[in-house]
Amino acid sequence: MLRMYDRLGFAAAVFLYVRKRLRPMIRLSNVQKTYPARRGNDAHAALRSIDLDIAAGEIVGVIGRSGAGKSTLIRCINLLERPTSGSVIVDGAEVTTLSKRDLPLFRRQLGMVFQHFNLLSSRTVYGNIALPLELAGASKAEIAAAVDPLLPLVGLDDKRDRYPAELSGGQKQRVGIARALSSNPKVLLCDEVTSALDPETTRQILTLLKDINKRLGLTMVVITHEMAVVKALCDRVAVMDRGVIVEEGNVSSIFANPVHATTQSLLADEFMEFRAGTDAATDADASATISDGQEG
Amino acid sequence: MLTTLAPILLQATWETLYMVGVSLLLATALGLPLGVLLATSGRGELLEAPLFQKLIGPIVNATRSVPFIILAVAIIPFTRLIVGTSIGTSAAIVPLTVAAIPFIARIIEGAIREVDSGLTEAAQAMGARPLQVVTKVLLPEALPGIIHGLTLTAVTLIGYSAMVGAVGAGGLGDLGIRYGYQRFRPDVMALVVITLIVVVQAVQMFGDRLARKADKRNI
Repeated sequence: MLRMYDRLGFAAAVFLYVRKRLRPMIRLSNVQKTYPARRGNDAHAALRSIDLDIAAGEIVGVIGRSGAGKSTLIRCINLLERPTSGSVIVDGAEVTTLSKRDLPLFRRQLGMVFQHFNLLSSRTVYGNIALPLELAGASKAEIAAAVDPLLPLVGLDDKRDRYPAELSGGQKQRVGIARALSSNPKVLLCDEVTSALDPETTRQILTLLKDINKRLGLTMVVITHEMAVVKALCDRVAVMDRGVIVEEGNVSSIFANPVHATTQSLLADEFMEFRAGTDAATDADASATISDGQEG
Repeated sequence: MLTTLAPILLQATWETLYMVGVSLLLATALGLPLGVLLATSGRGELLEAPLFQKLIGPIVNATRSVPFIILAVAIIPFTRLIVGTSIGTSAAIVPLTVAAIPFIARIIEGAIREVDSGLTEAAQAMGARPLQVVTKVLLPEALPGIIHGLTLTAVTLIGYSAMVGAVGAGGLGDLGIRYGYQRFRPDVMALVVITLIVVVQAVQMFGDRLARKADKRNI
Protein backbone atom coordinates (compact mmCIF):
# COMPACT_ATOMS: atom_id res chain seq x y z
CA MET A 1 0.00 0.00 0.00
CA LEU A 2 2.64 2.40 1.14
CA ARG A 3 4.72 1.51 -1.82
CA MET A 4 1.96 2.35 -4.22
CA TYR A 5 1.66 5.80 -2.72
CA ASP A 6 5.39 6.23 -3.07
CA ARG A 7 5.18 5.34 -6.71
CA LEU A 8 2.26 7.65 -7.22
CA GLY A 9 4.15 10.42 -5.52
CA PHE A 10 7.16 9.78 -7.68
CA ALA A 11 5.06 9.73 -10.84
CA ALA A 12 3.40 13.00 -9.85
CA ALA A 13 6.79 14.60 -9.23
CA VAL A 14 8.05 13.42 -12.59
CA PHE A 15 4.88 14.65 -14.27
CA LEU A 16 5.21 18.09 -12.68
CA TYR A 17 8.89 18.27 -13.55
CA VAL A 18 8.34 17.28 -17.15
CA ARG A 19 5.44 19.68 -17.52
CA LYS A 20 7.58 22.46 -16.13
CA ARG A 21 10.38 21.62 -18.53
CA LEU A 22 8.06 21.29 -21.49
CA ARG A 23 5.98 24.38 -20.81
CA PRO A 24 7.79 27.20 -22.60
CA MET A 25 8.87 30.18 -20.51
CA ILE A 26 7.69 32.43 -23.29
CA ARG A 27 5.17 31.58 -25.99
CA LEU A 28 4.27 34.05 -28.73
CA SER A 29 1.30 32.92 -30.82
CA ASN A 30 0.26 34.74 -33.95
CA VAL A 31 1.57 38.06 -32.61
CA GLN A 32 0.95 40.99 -34.92
CA LYS A 33 1.88 44.63 -34.50
CA THR A 34 0.68 47.28 -36.88
CA TYR A 35 1.46 50.95 -36.40
CA PRO A 36 -1.50 53.04 -37.52
CA ALA A 37 -1.17 55.44 -40.46
CA ARG A 38 0.01 58.86 -39.35
CA ARG A 39 0.56 62.11 -41.23
CA GLY A 40 1.38 60.94 -44.71
CA ASN A 41 2.82 57.59 -43.59
CA ASP A 42 0.84 54.48 -44.44
CA ALA A 43 0.03 51.97 -41.73
CA HIS A 44 3.13 49.91 -41.07
CA ALA A 45 3.06 46.23 -40.15
CA ALA A 46 6.11 45.72 -37.95
CA LEU A 47 5.21 42.16 -36.98
CA ARG A 48 3.09 39.79 -39.06
CA SER A 49 2.06 36.62 -37.36
CA ILE A 50 4.98 35.74 -35.10
CA ASP A 51 5.03 32.28 -33.47
CA LEU A 52 7.92 31.57 -31.14
CA ASP A 53 8.45 29.31 -28.15
CA ILE A 54 11.30 29.88 -25.74
CA ALA A 55 12.04 27.19 -23.18
CA ALA A 56 13.11 27.89 -19.60
CA GLY A 57 16.87 28.33 -19.30
CA GLU A 58 17.34 28.67 -23.04
CA ILE A 59 19.18 31.48 -24.83
CA VAL A 60 17.34 32.36 -28.02
CA GLY A 61 18.72 34.82 -30.52
CA VAL A 62 16.53 36.90 -32.80
CA ILE A 63 18.54 38.22 -35.70
CA GLY A 64 17.64 40.43 -38.62
CA ARG A 65 18.49 43.63 -40.43
CA SER A 66 17.32 46.99 -39.07
CA GLY A 67 13.61 47.39 -39.66
CA ALA A 68 13.01 43.64 -39.61
CA GLY A 69 10.93 44.02 -36.45
CA LYS A 70 13.24 42.44 -33.87
CA SER A 71 13.08 45.39 -31.47
CA THR A 72 9.29 45.43 -31.70
CA LEU A 73 9.25 41.69 -31.04
CA ILE A 74 11.30 41.89 -27.85
CA ARG A 75 9.15 44.84 -26.66
CA CYS A 76 6.03 42.76 -27.19
CA ILE A 77 7.33 40.31 -24.59
CA ASN A 78 7.38 42.86 -21.76
CA LEU A 79 4.58 44.89 -23.37
CA LEU A 80 6.56 48.07 -23.88
CA GLU A 81 4.75 47.61 -27.19
CA ARG A 82 1.23 46.27 -27.14
CA PRO A 83 0.63 43.64 -29.86
CA THR A 84 -2.23 44.55 -32.17
CA SER A 85 -3.38 40.95 -31.95
CA GLY A 86 -2.15 37.54 -30.86
CA SER A 87 -1.14 36.11 -27.53
CA VAL A 88 1.95 36.46 -25.35
CA ILE A 89 2.28 33.88 -22.59
CA VAL A 90 5.07 34.28 -20.04
CA ASP A 91 5.60 31.53 -17.48
CA GLY A 92 2.12 30.18 -18.11
CA ALA A 93 0.21 33.46 -17.86
CA GLU A 94 -1.36 35.43 -20.68
CA VAL A 95 0.03 38.94 -20.35
CA THR A 96 -1.59 40.92 -23.16
CA THR A 97 -4.77 41.22 -21.11
CA LEU A 98 -3.05 42.60 -17.99
CA SER A 99 -4.46 45.85 -16.64
CA LYS A 100 -2.40 49.01 -16.31
CA ARG A 101 -2.22 48.33 -12.57
CA ASP A 102 -0.84 44.81 -12.94
CA LEU A 103 1.53 45.52 -15.82
CA PRO A 104 4.36 46.93 -13.63
CA LEU A 105 4.14 43.88 -11.34
CA PHE A 106 4.53 41.57 -14.36
CA ARG A 107 7.44 43.57 -15.78
CA ARG A 108 9.36 43.18 -12.51
CA GLN A 109 9.71 39.48 -13.40
CA LEU A 110 11.66 40.38 -16.55
CA GLY A 111 15.00 42.16 -16.79
CA MET A 112 15.94 44.20 -19.84
CA VAL A 113 19.35 45.33 -21.09
CA PHE A 114 19.65 48.04 -23.74
CA GLN A 115 21.99 48.98 -26.58
CA HIS A 116 22.64 52.46 -25.17
CA PHE A 117 22.70 51.25 -21.55
CA ASN A 118 20.01 53.75 -20.41
CA LEU A 119 21.64 54.33 -17.04
CA LEU A 120 20.60 57.24 -14.85
CA SER A 121 23.41 59.78 -14.95
CA SER A 122 22.32 61.14 -11.57
CA ARG A 123 22.82 57.83 -9.76
CA THR A 124 25.95 55.92 -8.87
CA VAL A 125 26.59 52.35 -10.03
CA TYR A 126 25.04 51.13 -6.78
CA GLY A 127 22.06 53.48 -7.14
CA ASN A 128 21.40 52.35 -10.70
CA ILE A 129 21.46 48.67 -9.78
CA ALA A 130 19.22 49.39 -6.79
CA LEU A 131 16.57 51.19 -8.84
CA PRO A 132 14.36 48.21 -9.81
CA LEU A 133 14.25 47.18 -6.15
CA GLU A 134 13.43 50.70 -5.01
CA LEU A 135 10.59 50.78 -7.51
CA ALA A 136 9.26 47.55 -6.04
CA GLY A 137 9.35 49.10 -2.58
CA ALA A 138 12.21 47.03 -1.14
CA SER A 139 13.81 48.15 2.13
CA LYS A 140 17.39 49.48 2.35
CA ALA A 141 18.59 46.19 3.83
CA GLU A 142 16.88 44.12 1.14
CA ILE A 143 18.41 46.33 -1.54
CA ALA A 144 21.91 45.99 -0.08
CA ALA A 145 21.47 42.22 0.21
CA ALA A 146 20.54 42.00 -3.48
CA VAL A 147 22.98 44.55 -4.93
CA ASP A 148 26.17 43.76 -3.02
CA PRO A 149 26.63 40.23 -4.46
CA LEU A 150 25.86 41.52 -7.98
CA LEU A 151 28.82 43.90 -8.05
CA PRO A 152 31.49 41.15 -8.02
CA LEU A 153 29.36 39.02 -10.36
CA VAL A 154 29.65 41.67 -13.09
CA GLY A 155 33.18 42.65 -12.05
CA LEU A 156 32.43 46.12 -10.68
CA ASP A 157 33.38 45.81 -6.98
CA ASP A 158 35.62 48.84 -7.19
CA LYS A 159 33.14 51.03 -9.07
CA ARG A 160 30.33 50.92 -6.52
CA ASP A 161 30.13 54.67 -5.90
CA ARG A 162 31.13 55.90 -9.36
CA TYR A 163 28.76 57.71 -11.71
CA PRO A 164 28.08 56.39 -15.23
CA ALA A 165 30.02 59.32 -16.73
CA GLU A 166 33.15 57.88 -15.11
CA LEU A 167 32.74 54.44 -16.71
CA SER A 168 33.73 52.93 -20.06
CA GLY A 169 31.10 51.52 -22.41
CA GLY A 170 31.73 47.96 -21.30
CA GLN A 171 31.50 48.92 -17.63
CA LYS A 172 28.25 50.78 -18.30
CA GLN A 173 26.79 47.68 -19.91
CA ARG A 174 27.88 45.62 -16.89
CA VAL A 175 25.89 48.02 -14.73
CA GLY A 176 22.96 47.59 -17.14
CA ILE A 177 23.18 43.82 -16.76
CA ALA A 178 23.46 43.97 -12.97
CA ARG A 179 20.48 46.33 -12.87
CA ALA A 180 18.42 43.91 -14.96
CA LEU A 181 19.38 41.05 -12.62
CA SER A 182 18.75 42.86 -9.33
CA SER A 183 15.04 42.13 -9.17
CA ASN A 184 15.81 38.42 -9.62
CA PRO A 185 13.97 38.04 -12.95
CA LYS A 186 12.88 34.87 -14.73
CA VAL A 187 13.85 36.21 -18.14
CA LEU A 188 16.55 38.54 -19.42
CA LEU A 189 15.70 40.54 -22.54
CA CYS A 190 18.81 41.78 -24.35
CA ASP A 191 18.26 44.43 -27.02
CA GLU A 192 21.41 44.84 -29.15
CA VAL A 193 23.46 44.87 -25.95
CA THR A 194 26.83 44.75 -27.68
CA SER A 195 26.12 46.95 -30.69
CA ALA A 196 27.64 50.06 -29.07
CA LEU A 197 30.76 48.21 -27.89
CA ASP A 198 34.11 47.40 -29.49
CA PRO A 199 34.93 43.77 -30.40
CA GLU A 200 37.00 43.02 -27.30
CA THR A 201 34.39 44.46 -24.92
CA THR A 202 31.69 42.64 -26.89
CA ARG A 203 33.48 39.36 -26.23
CA GLN A 204 33.69 40.09 -22.51
CA ILE A 205 30.02 41.02 -22.23
CA LEU A 206 28.94 37.91 -24.16
CA THR A 207 31.08 35.73 -21.87
CA LEU A 208 29.47 37.40 -18.86
CA LEU A 209 25.96 36.75 -20.21
CA LYS A 210 26.77 33.13 -20.97
CA ASP A 211 28.18 32.73 -17.47
CA ILE A 212 25.06 34.26 -15.92
CA ASN A 213 22.87 31.91 -17.94
CA LYS A 214 24.83 28.92 -16.66
CA ARG A 215 24.91 30.05 -13.05
CA LEU A 216 21.36 31.28 -12.67
CA GLY A 217 19.66 29.20 -15.35
CA LEU A 218 18.12 32.39 -16.66
CA THR A 219 16.08 32.37 -19.88
CA MET A 220 17.44 34.92 -22.33
CA VAL A 221 16.10 36.55 -25.47
CA VAL A 222 18.88 38.20 -27.43
CA ILE A 223 18.18 40.68 -30.22
CA THR A 224 21.08 41.36 -32.55
CA HIS A 225 22.08 42.03 -36.12
CA GLU A 226 25.39 40.23 -35.76
CA MET A 227 25.76 36.50 -36.40
CA ALA A 228 28.90 36.53 -34.20
CA VAL A 229 26.74 37.32 -31.17
CA VAL A 230 24.39 34.46 -31.98
CA LYS A 231 27.30 32.10 -32.47
CA ALA A 232 28.97 33.04 -29.19
CA LEU A 233 25.88 33.12 -27.00
CA CYS A 234 22.73 31.45 -28.27
CA ASP A 235 21.34 27.92 -28.21
CA ARG A 236 18.69 28.62 -30.79
CA VAL A 237 18.14 31.38 -33.32
CA ALA A 238 15.19 32.89 -35.17
CA VAL A 239 15.93 34.89 -38.31
CA MET A 240 13.57 37.77 -39.03
CA ASP A 241 12.84 39.62 -42.21
CA ARG A 242 10.12 42.24 -42.74
CA GLY A 243 8.13 41.28 -39.68
CA VAL A 244 8.22 37.52 -40.18
CA ILE A 245 10.41 34.75 -38.75
CA VAL A 246 11.81 33.22 -41.92
CA GLU A 247 14.02 30.57 -40.38
CA GLU A 248 14.42 29.06 -36.95
CA GLY A 249 16.50 26.32 -35.42
CA ASN A 250 19.59 25.30 -33.46
CA VAL A 251 22.49 27.66 -33.96
CA SER A 252 24.81 24.94 -35.24
CA SER A 253 22.38 23.67 -37.87
CA ILE A 254 21.50 27.18 -39.05
CA PHE A 255 25.17 28.00 -39.42
CA ALA A 256 25.87 24.73 -41.21
CA ASN A 257 22.90 24.92 -43.53
CA PRO A 258 21.29 28.35 -43.93
CA VAL A 259 18.20 28.04 -46.11
CA HIS A 260 16.69 31.51 -46.37
CA ALA A 261 18.37 34.29 -48.35
CA THR A 262 18.37 36.64 -45.32
CA THR A 263 20.21 34.09 -43.21
CA GLN A 264 22.70 33.51 -45.97
CA SER A 265 23.40 37.21 -46.40
CA LEU A 266 23.72 37.76 -42.62
CA LEU A 267 26.25 34.93 -42.55
CA ALA A 268 28.08 36.47 -45.51
CA ASP A 269 28.25 39.80 -43.56
CA GLU A 270 29.70 37.93 -40.67
CA PHE A 271 32.46 36.57 -42.89
CA MET A 272 33.16 40.04 -44.33
CA GLU A 273 33.25 41.56 -40.85
CA PHE A 274 35.62 38.86 -39.73
CA ARG A 275 37.95 39.78 -42.58
CA ALA A 276 37.57 43.52 -41.94
CA GLY A 277 38.01 42.91 -38.21
CA THR A 278 41.34 41.20 -38.73
CA ASP A 279 42.53 44.02 -40.98
CA ALA A 280 41.32 46.69 -38.55
CA ALA A 281 43.01 44.92 -35.66
CA THR A 282 46.30 44.91 -37.55
CA ASP A 283 45.87 48.63 -38.31
CA ALA A 284 45.04 49.39 -34.70
CA ASP A 285 48.12 47.53 -33.54
CA ALA A 286 50.25 49.44 -36.01
CA SER A 287 48.88 52.84 -34.98
CA ALA A 288 49.19 51.94 -31.31
CA THR A 289 52.84 51.19 -31.81
CA ILE A 290 53.33 54.51 -33.59
CA SER A 291 51.62 56.55 -30.88
CA ASP A 292 53.54 54.67 -28.21
CA GLY A 293 56.69 55.59 -30.02
CA GLN A 294 55.68 59.26 -30.14
CA GLU A 295 54.80 59.35 -26.47
CA GLY A 296 58.07 57.66 -25.57
CA MET B 1 24.87 110.36 4.24
CA LEU B 2 25.65 106.66 4.03
CA THR B 3 24.63 106.20 7.65
CA THR B 4 21.13 107.51 6.90
CA LEU B 5 20.87 105.60 3.63
CA ALA B 6 22.24 102.28 4.84
CA PRO B 7 19.20 101.20 6.88
CA ILE B 8 16.84 102.18 4.06
CA LEU B 9 18.91 100.31 1.51
CA LEU B 10 19.16 97.28 3.76
CA GLN B 11 15.42 97.34 4.35
CA ALA B 12 14.73 97.59 0.60
CA THR B 13 17.15 94.74 -0.20
CA TRP B 14 15.50 92.58 2.41
CA GLU B 15 12.05 93.36 0.97
CA THR B 16 13.21 92.44 -2.53
CA LEU B 17 14.73 89.17 -1.37
CA TYR B 18 11.60 88.37 0.62
CA MET B 19 9.25 89.04 -2.32
CA VAL B 20 11.40 87.13 -4.78
CA GLY B 21 12.14 84.26 -2.39
CA VAL B 22 8.56 83.62 -1.35
CA SER B 23 7.11 83.98 -4.85
CA LEU B 24 9.82 81.71 -6.28
CA LEU B 25 8.99 79.09 -3.67
CA LEU B 26 5.22 79.31 -4.27
CA ALA B 27 5.58 79.42 -8.04
CA THR B 28 7.85 76.38 -8.01
CA ALA B 29 5.39 74.44 -5.86
CA LEU B 30 2.62 75.19 -8.36
CA GLY B 31 4.67 75.32 -11.56
CA LEU B 32 6.48 72.03 -11.01
CA PRO B 33 3.44 69.74 -11.36
CA LEU B 34 2.21 71.90 -14.21
CA GLY B 35 5.53 71.55 -16.01
CA VAL B 36 5.59 67.79 -15.44
CA LEU B 37 2.10 67.51 -16.92
CA LEU B 38 2.98 69.73 -19.88
CA ALA B 39 5.93 67.43 -20.63
CA THR B 40 4.18 64.10 -20.13
CA SER B 41 0.47 64.45 -20.89
CA GLY B 42 0.67 64.34 -24.69
CA ARG B 43 -0.88 61.53 -26.70
CA GLY B 44 0.92 58.27 -26.09
CA GLU B 45 3.05 59.81 -23.34
CA LEU B 46 3.53 58.81 -19.74
CA LEU B 47 0.59 60.58 -18.06
CA GLU B 48 -1.58 60.72 -21.14
CA ALA B 49 -4.23 63.46 -20.91
CA PRO B 50 -4.56 65.07 -24.34
CA LEU B 51 -7.53 67.25 -23.38
CA PHE B 52 -5.60 68.74 -20.46
CA GLN B 53 -2.64 69.30 -22.74
CA LYS B 54 -4.83 71.14 -25.26
CA LEU B 55 -6.42 73.32 -22.58
CA ILE B 56 -3.44 74.19 -20.43
CA GLY B 57 -1.00 75.11 -23.21
CA PRO B 58 -2.93 78.18 -24.38
CA ILE B 59 -3.60 79.30 -20.79
CA VAL B 60 0.12 79.16 -20.01
CA ASN B 61 0.90 81.07 -23.19
CA ALA B 62 -1.78 83.68 -22.49
CA THR B 63 -0.41 84.38 -19.02
CA ARG B 64 3.06 84.71 -20.42
CA SER B 65 1.99 87.13 -23.14
CA VAL B 66 0.58 89.74 -20.71
CA PRO B 67 3.26 92.31 -19.83
CA PHE B 68 4.05 91.99 -16.15
CA ILE B 69 3.13 95.53 -15.14
CA ILE B 70 -0.33 95.08 -16.70
CA LEU B 71 -0.75 91.66 -15.07
CA ALA B 72 0.14 93.13 -11.69
CA VAL B 73 -2.58 95.79 -12.01
CA ALA B 74 -5.14 93.53 -13.68
CA ILE B 75 -5.18 90.94 -10.93
CA ILE B 76 -5.52 93.42 -8.07
CA PRO B 77 -9.01 92.08 -7.16
CA PHE B 78 -7.54 88.58 -6.96
CA THR B 79 -4.65 89.86 -4.86
CA ARG B 80 -7.10 91.57 -2.49
CA LEU B 81 -9.07 88.33 -2.21
CA ILE B 82 -5.99 86.36 -1.17
CA VAL B 83 -3.91 88.78 0.91
CA GLY B 84 -6.67 91.17 2.00
CA THR B 85 -4.89 94.16 0.54
CA SER B 86 -3.37 95.13 -2.78
CA ILE B 87 -0.63 97.32 -1.32
CA GLY B 88 2.64 96.33 0.27
CA THR B 89 5.34 93.75 0.01
CA SER B 90 3.17 90.73 0.80
CA ALA B 91 0.56 91.81 -1.73
CA ALA B 92 3.28 92.00 -4.41
CA ILE B 93 3.97 88.31 -3.93
CA VAL B 94 0.68 87.43 -5.62
CA PRO B 95 1.34 88.94 -9.07
CA LEU B 96 4.98 87.83 -8.91
CA THR B 97 3.87 84.25 -8.24
CA VAL B 98 1.18 84.31 -10.91
CA ALA B 99 3.67 85.58 -13.47
CA ALA B 100 6.33 83.04 -12.49
CA ILE B 101 4.13 79.91 -12.54
CA PRO B 102 3.84 79.58 -16.35
CA PHE B 103 7.48 80.62 -16.73
CA ILE B 104 8.61 77.85 -14.38
CA ALA B 105 6.17 75.37 -15.91
CA ARG B 106 7.68 75.90 -19.37
CA ILE B 107 11.22 75.65 -17.99
CA ILE B 108 10.48 72.38 -16.22
CA GLU B 109 8.71 71.05 -19.29
CA GLY B 110 11.83 71.81 -21.34
CA ALA B 111 14.19 70.26 -18.81
CA ILE B 112 12.12 67.07 -18.67
CA ARG B 113 11.87 66.80 -22.44
CA GLU B 114 15.68 66.91 -22.54
CA VAL B 115 15.84 63.61 -20.62
CA ASP B 116 16.62 60.71 -22.95
CA SER B 117 13.41 58.80 -23.71
CA GLY B 118 15.43 55.59 -23.36
CA LEU B 119 15.48 56.19 -19.60
CA THR B 120 11.69 56.31 -19.46
CA GLU B 121 11.56 53.09 -21.44
CA ALA B 122 14.11 51.43 -19.15
CA ALA B 123 12.18 52.50 -16.06
CA GLN B 124 8.94 51.14 -17.49
CA ALA B 125 10.68 47.88 -18.35
CA MET B 126 11.75 47.66 -14.70
CA GLY B 127 8.13 47.94 -13.66
CA ALA B 128 7.99 51.62 -12.72
CA ARG B 129 4.53 53.11 -12.40
CA PRO B 130 4.03 56.38 -14.32
CA LEU B 131 4.38 58.52 -11.20
CA GLN B 132 7.53 56.61 -10.22
CA VAL B 133 9.01 57.36 -13.63
CA VAL B 134 8.47 61.06 -12.87
CA THR B 135 9.85 61.05 -9.32
CA LYS B 136 12.63 58.46 -9.66
CA VAL B 137 13.85 59.14 -13.18
CA LEU B 138 12.61 62.27 -14.94
CA LEU B 139 12.96 64.82 -12.12
CA PRO B 140 16.37 63.64 -10.82
CA GLU B 141 17.75 63.48 -14.35
CA ALA B 142 16.32 66.92 -15.22
CA LEU B 143 17.54 68.48 -11.96
CA PRO B 144 20.55 70.39 -13.36
CA GLY B 145 18.32 71.93 -16.05
CA ILE B 146 15.63 72.72 -13.51
CA ILE B 147 18.12 74.48 -11.22
CA HIS B 148 19.41 76.55 -14.15
CA GLY B 149 15.83 77.46 -15.01
CA LEU B 150 14.92 78.41 -11.47
CA THR B 151 18.02 80.63 -11.29
CA LEU B 152 16.86 82.33 -14.47
CA THR B 153 13.40 82.75 -12.94
CA ALA B 154 14.87 84.25 -9.76
CA VAL B 155 16.80 86.84 -11.76
CA THR B 156 13.70 87.67 -13.83
CA LEU B 157 11.67 88.00 -10.64
CA ILE B 158 14.20 90.46 -9.22
CA GLY B 159 13.55 92.56 -12.31
CA TYR B 160 9.79 92.20 -11.95
CA SER B 161 9.97 93.07 -8.26
CA ALA B 162 11.24 96.51 -9.25
CA MET B 163 8.01 96.99 -11.20
CA VAL B 164 5.70 96.03 -8.37
CA GLY B 165 7.16 99.06 -6.61
CA ALA B 166 4.78 100.90 -8.89
CA VAL B 167 1.77 99.24 -7.28
CA GLY B 168 2.90 100.07 -3.77
CA ALA B 169 5.25 97.27 -2.85
CA GLY B 170 8.59 98.11 -1.29
CA GLY B 171 11.92 96.78 -2.40
CA LEU B 172 14.91 98.07 -4.28
CA GLY B 173 12.97 99.13 -7.37
CA ASP B 174 10.60 101.21 -5.24
CA LEU B 175 13.55 102.84 -3.47
CA GLY B 176 15.16 103.70 -6.80
CA ILE B 177 11.96 105.25 -8.20
CA ARG B 178 10.96 107.23 -5.12
CA TYR B 179 14.32 108.42 -3.86
CA GLY B 180 16.54 108.19 -6.90
CA TYR B 181 14.13 109.37 -9.61
CA GLN B 182 11.36 111.40 -7.97
CA ARG B 183 13.61 113.16 -5.42
CA PHE B 184 16.49 113.67 -7.85
CA ARG B 185 19.03 111.64 -5.86
CA PRO B 186 21.42 110.10 -8.41
CA ASP B 187 23.56 108.79 -5.53
CA VAL B 188 20.62 106.71 -4.27
CA MET B 189 19.90 105.52 -7.79
CA ALA B 190 23.52 104.44 -8.20
CA LEU B 191 23.45 102.60 -4.90
CA VAL B 192 20.24 100.81 -5.86
CA VAL B 193 21.63 99.76 -9.22
CA ILE B 194 24.87 98.53 -7.66
CA THR B 195 22.96 96.55 -5.02
CA LEU B 196 20.77 94.97 -7.73
CA ILE B 197 23.86 93.98 -9.70
CA VAL B 198 25.42 92.40 -6.62
CA VAL B 199 22.22 90.55 -5.72
CA VAL B 200 21.72 89.20 -9.26
CA GLN B 201 25.37 88.20 -9.45
CA ALA B 202 25.13 86.34 -6.15
CA VAL B 203 21.92 84.55 -7.15
CA GLN B 204 23.42 83.49 -10.47
CA MET B 205 26.62 82.24 -8.85
CA PHE B 206 24.70 80.31 -6.22
CA GLY B 207 22.44 78.76 -8.89
CA ASP B 208 25.37 77.82 -11.11
CA ARG B 209 27.19 76.17 -8.24
CA LEU B 210 24.09 74.22 -7.24
CA ALA B 211 23.49 73.09 -10.83
CA ARG B 212 27.08 72.00 -11.21
CA LYS B 213 26.86 69.98 -8.02
CA ALA B 214 23.70 68.25 -9.25
CA ASP B 215 25.13 67.53 -12.69
CA LYS B 216 26.84 64.14 -12.79
CA ARG B 217 26.98 63.93 -16.58
CA ASN B 218 30.52 65.30 -16.89
CA ILE B 219 32.81 64.24 -14.11
